[in-house]
Amino acid sequence: MKHTVVALVEDKPGVLNRIASLFRRRGFNIDSLAVGTTHEEGISRMTIVIEGNENIADQLEKQLFKLIDVIKVENFTNQNAITRELALIKVKASTQNRREILDILEVFRAQAIDLSTASLVIQIVAHKDTIDALIDNLSRFGILEMVRTGRIAMRRGYTTTTDEVIEYFDDSSKFHSQIGRLSNGDFPFVSD
Amino acid sequence: MIGADIVLESLKKANIDTIFGYPGGVVLPLYDRFPFHKEIRHILVRHEQAAGHAADAYARVSGKIGVALATSGPGATNLVTSVQNAMMDSVPTLFITGNVARNLIGKDGFQEADATGIFMPTVKHNYLVTNANDLAPTFAEAIYIATTGRPGPVHIDIPKDVFLEDAEFNWPKTINLRGYKINDEVDSEQLAEAAELINASEKPIIFAGHGVIISNTSNLLKKLCEKGDIPVITTLLGIGSMPTDHPLHYGWMGMHGSYHANIAASNADTIIALGMRMDDRALGRFADLNHNAKIVHIDVDPAEHDKNLKATVPVVGNLSTTLPSLINNIEETNHADWIQWIEKIKSEHADSMSIPNTDKLSVQYVVNSIAKENKKNELVVVTGVGQHQMWAAQHMNISKPRQLITSGGLGTMGFEVPAALGAQVANPNAKVWSICGDGGFQMTFQELATIVDEKLPIKFAIINNGYLGMVRQWQELFYKENLVDVNMSQPNFMKIAEAYGITGIEVTKKEQVSKAIIQANKIEGPVLIDFKVESEGNVWPMVPAGASLSETVESAKEL
Ligand SMILES: Cc1ncc(C[n+]2csc(CCOP(=O)(O)OP(=O)(O)O)c2C)c(N)n1
Ligand SMILES: [Mg+2]
Repeated sequence: MKHTVVALVEDKPGVLNRIASLFRRRGFNIDSLAVGTTHEEGISRMTIVIEGNENIADQLEKQLFKLIDVIKVENFTNQNAITRELALIKVKASTQNRREILDILEVFRAQAIDLSTASLVIQIVAHKDTIDALIDNLSRFGILEMVRTGRIAMRRGYTTTTDEVIEYFDDSSKFHSQIGRLSNGDFPFVSD
Repeated sequence: MIGADIVLESLKKANIDTIFGYPGGVVLPLYDRFPFHKEIRHILVRHEQAAGHAADAYARVSGKIGVALATSGPGATNLVTSVQNAMMDSVPTLFITGNVARNLIGKDGFQEADATGIFMPTVKHNYLVTNANDLAPTFAEAIYIATTGRPGPVHIDIPKDVFLEDAEFNWPKTINLRGYKINDEVDSEQLAEAAELINASEKPIIFAGHGVIISNTSNLLKKLCEKGDIPVITTLLGIGSMPTDHPLHYGWMGMHGSYHANIAASNADTIIALGMRMDDRALGRFADLNHNAKIVHIDVDPAEHDKNLKATVPVVGNLSTTLPSLINNIEETNHADWIQWIEKIKSEHADSMSIPNTDKLSVQYVVNSIAKENKKNELVVVTGVGQHQMWAAQHMNISKPRQLITSGGLGTMGFEVPAALGAQVANPNAKVWSICGDGGFQMTFQELATIVDEKLPIKFAIINNGYLGMVRQWQELFYKENLVDVNMSQPNFMKIAEAYGITGIEVTKKEQVSKAIIQANKIEGPVLIDFKVESEGNVWPMVPAGASLSETVESAKEL
């Protein structure tokens, strides 16, 4: 069974490392991992999709929560939640079959966002299964390249995952998200 | 003040007065300031791994945080074994390493190692401090994390130029980490449910783990078992949480635990597991530990619940807050039938864990004599890993918390020498006896020099069986006696003692044992006794790897 787990984490150097290392070490089977900022400065949000039974999901949640830099963990699997994923797909498309492809896109509510004489770039934002079905339909034209973001998720309705967390905001937790950075806010790892 | 002074001021603020360390280029700015902070005693070890183990044992004996310091690169990598050792046994420790200057990080400069990356999976938490203004708050946070909740190692990596940077000493008034909240609330619903299970049980048993010792709750354990008339067995690291002469103490469980403890664990109808992480060496094959028992599992770390074994009633919390409420909720009863049943097994199987009736020099006899010739209240036993460790755990009547210092989770050979050093520093009045494997001793005995320098009167009992004994036992029993690379030539241990300027005593016969121990105790400085013991004894009882506790065997014939 697939579980969608959302984690709010400190936006700090090394956090992704800690989490990736935890998954590897405890043998969690990760389907996808999406990371991005939130509307709260200093907090990043991760959406993790993992394959496994209840017990494995339970352990994943607990082990994640045990990390000091993880502020909150929530399992979305049995929640009323919206889940989405974005994919960019570059397919072979000649002037002859272009129309046919555009018809397919209409069915899936996907868009063509770039065009050359021999190719099309398609964008789709949908649930994973929809994207998979679109890819099925496009494969006979020849897929040249594809990139997917992995699932992101949000509760439906007024309640949020972040609100209980925000009350903890104060100077010392701000400090916590600053350490490890240079005075100008950069990471110490210099790349030219 | 400069970063180096902030580091030392921070340690003082946290009442840390001892650190074990080893210098090198990038930590020289820190060493440079030691003379100006005389309240802190720096103990110069001979290898960084030893600094870590010494800090670890210091923490186990004192209950305070242990601190180790190393330079960048090789200094940091040498620490790794000791960090993981502290991690697995939940020991509150602080590891400080220097690193190359900030502008050199990531450039593969001389003695750069990604210590932050290397340590990450072996610590409770770690930091790379990139700004001297962050030093004091980082130390405060690190020490808070290391010593609270489920204790563990925390690592702070400090670039050389941060030690030299000018900054304020801004020690925080409070620590507030939004990702680390210690829940002090007692979950009274779960505890009531736990009490209900216990009250309904006919054959309850308590598994007492390291958590009982870490949380200083052995008096509560005693109250709990006495009120409910519940037999107690401990894990290896739980040894000492219960006096061995207490009528409800039924030994320790696990791979080389008592036969009756393992059988009682397999036959109980209710298991009350306190502060333990359900380790395979303690429980045998999880699936067949006990098919019928309901399990109450109390631990500070919720991630331990249902990790290896599904708990009927998991309770999250510190034993010091959860046990009083559990004790209140359970009824005063007696379980005479069940206890009698265990007693019967105990007496029928007493032989499998006894001191061999032989004229030869057995390890069991040696370690038991060391226990007998010392006052119970003064003795601190430190061990290595292997047969001697198991026999020490079996035959030394450890009856007080923090009296047995042994590497449980990681099973680190070589722990015995530096850990004895840390133990003696933590408790200068204790009689510290280090029960050493002849194999393990050779991994870290360079620390004899530190021990001499620091004038620590540690007594080393080398259990010289000429073998990597535990490995030989496995090869004999499970690899058809195909002994490969376990028979070692030994150095002349008397000459080693002499080289370090300490007293050496050689013991080859049973009659010499007590005399040697008494003599060693009379000598003010460190003593090394080479016990040339019988070389081919095996440790019994034994739960073969992968077997269940109910399959405990008492001799090779049963395998
Ligand atoms: C650092 C390390 N390397 C290897 C092992 C595997 N090992 C476990 S027990 C043992 C033999 C220990 O020999 P010794 O110290 O002489 O103790 P004995 O078993 O003979 O009492 C070995 C090699 C270990 N536990 N730790
Ligand atoms: Mg040996």
